[in-house]
Amino acid sequence: MPGAIYAEGLVKTFGDVRALDGVDLDVPEGTVLGLLGPNGAGKTTAVRCLTTLLRPDSGKAVVAGVDVLRHPDAVRRSIGLSGQFAAVDEYLTGRENLRMVGQLYQMRAKAAKARAAELLDQFNLADAADRPAKTYSGGMRRRLDLAAALVVSPPVMFMDEPTTGLDPRNRQQLWEVIKQLVLGGTTLLLTTQYLEEADHLAHDIAVVDHGRVIAKGTSDQLKARTGGERVEVVVHEREHIATAAEVLRGFGKGETTVEEHIRKLTVPVTGGAKLLAEVIRELDARGIEMDDVGLRRPTLDDVFLSLTGHAAEAAGQGEQNGKEAVK
Amino acid sequence: MSTVTEAVPVAAHGNPVSRSVRDSLIVARRNLIRMSRIPEMLIFGLIQPIMFVVLFTYVFGGSMKIGASTSALDYKNFLMAGIFAQTVTFATAGSGAGIADDMHKGLIDRFRSLPMARGAVLTGRTLADLVQTALTLLVLAVVALLVGWRAGSDGATNPGKILAAFGLLLLLGYAFTWIGALIGLSVRTPEAATSGGLIWLFPVTFLSNAFVDTGNMTPWLRHIAEWNPFSATVQATRVLFANPGQSDSGAWPMEHPVWASLIYSVLIILVFRTLAVRKYRSATA
Repeated sequence: MPGAIYAEGLVKTFGDVRALDGVDLDVPEGTVLGLLGPNGAGKTTAVRCLTTLLRPDSGKAVVAGVDVLRHPDAVRRSIGLSGQFAAVDEYLTGRENLRMVGQLYQMRAKAAKARAAELLDQFNLADAADRPAKTYSGGMRRRLDLAAALVVSPPVMFMDEPTTGLDPRNRQQLWEVIKQLVLGGTTLLLTTQYLEEADHLAHDIAVVDHGRVIAKGTSDQLKARTGGERVEVVVHEREHIATAAEVLRGFGKGETTVEEHIRKLTVPVTGGAKLLAEVIRELDARGIEMDDVGLRRPTLDDVFLSLTGHAAEAAGQGEQNGKEAVK
Repeated sequence: MSTVTEAVPVAAHGNPVSRSVRDSLIVARRNLIRMSRIPEMLIFGLIQPIMFVVLFTYVFGGSMKIGASTSALDYKNFLMAGIFAQTVTFATAGSGAGIADDMHKGLIDRFRSLPMARGAVLTGRTLADLVQTALTLLVLAVVALLVGWRAGSDGATNPGKILAAFGLLLLLGYAFTWIGALIGLSVRTPEAATSGGLIWLFPVTFLSNAFVDTGNMTPWLRHIAEWNPFSATVQATRVLFANPGQSDSGAWPMEHPVWASLIYSVLIILVFRTLAVRKYRSATA
């Protein structure tokens, strides 16, 4: 039986560009699929096709048991859409926005009003409920947008880059909201440029590039394919590099790389935190002072590099990298 | 958070027409709330026609020839139907810019993902614009009375005819907002919709009987002006107001201006509503 979101061979071209080049997806009911990929990979086009906003050139899509191409209106009754391309009216108050959306989901006026009040409470917007959305912060607007997508508690949700542009605190808050939603049984398709986000929220991840799904699996499976974890050590004294390298070789599953100028050593490992503790104990026993030590997981760039042989160009310019540079 | 999928109390939507009307009114309400929160828009919308009334009556008034008359009062009474008609057509730009803005901000995507009636977003917008147009006309009529315009200035007229004239003007304005809707859906930015919604209005409203007597035009120009759909409403308004300067040419729209105005407006609505709704269904931000 196909899942709550099912797509087979979706193709969509814009002129010469094949935005979707035969995408297959299958999201079992009550689970979260993270669609991971750089800008321009086709994530948004996939979401637009599945939410009836765009008609694919060919392929099949079934959402909540309904054929998207044949009965788009029935699909619209069962889905909520939020994120990059969904929005709220900035001149309307939060309450007015939610009431309008409720009524357009064909709720009766009274029910829409009650539901709006309920959602404003849940999303911590009650204090700002009667202010125009123009006055909201970015995080508040995003919450209002998500609330609008949840007015009828749709069984299937689509979120297109829900946390892009949010600061870390707001991102965390939104993640909590999304987790609660999934606990309630909603099926969710989420697009993101951040592996970390997919890691946090998704049961399964589909990596998209050039309109195709190039890898599928759980986050652990993907990371394993990518080469797993690495231990990185920055030693305090330059003369300790050789000894540290010797220690790391004993634990490593591959070649140890040394960047002398920043006194940094990196070695691929398996074994997680337990192994890291052993590494630290051993280095400590040899009297090596460390400025930094840690277990590094593959980043989106690493996943991309290993899956496609090219880096995630667009994602590389993302703000996440900007933040890492500051660290 | 309660995400339990409880039965949603759904409004009766068995009948697609009643659903369409209901959804359109919900969207219209939204647009009216917006307008009330951006009063500048309404005020700017008023300044332009008022400026035209003042400039045309006092600058052109003395040197315009209406029929055989060069009297400034005749020109004033002639001019007002033109100004009224031009004012209602300028609602086009507002409609277009509003819809382009909604596209730009992703609101159209939101609406299109909802189980609402197809044309409701555009119908709601054009209805709200109609309300704004009516308000503008009302203020403009007061200003016109203040500068000395009178209906029935050269003959008897009655309140029914005056209301009919305003009805035709509003219908023309409504028809033009559908052209604006199509423009708004076709351009990339609200700014482009504003200018794109305005430029073509100048030839349409000036190549007409609105500001000058078509009797003074060269024959081919006069021909265009008298078959211009916009001119039909101007002529109809002039006839119903019993204002001077009605065209006496044999062109059919000038002979039967009320019918011509009705037919043109309804045709514009039918054609542009169809095109705009089709465009909306495949709209992409």
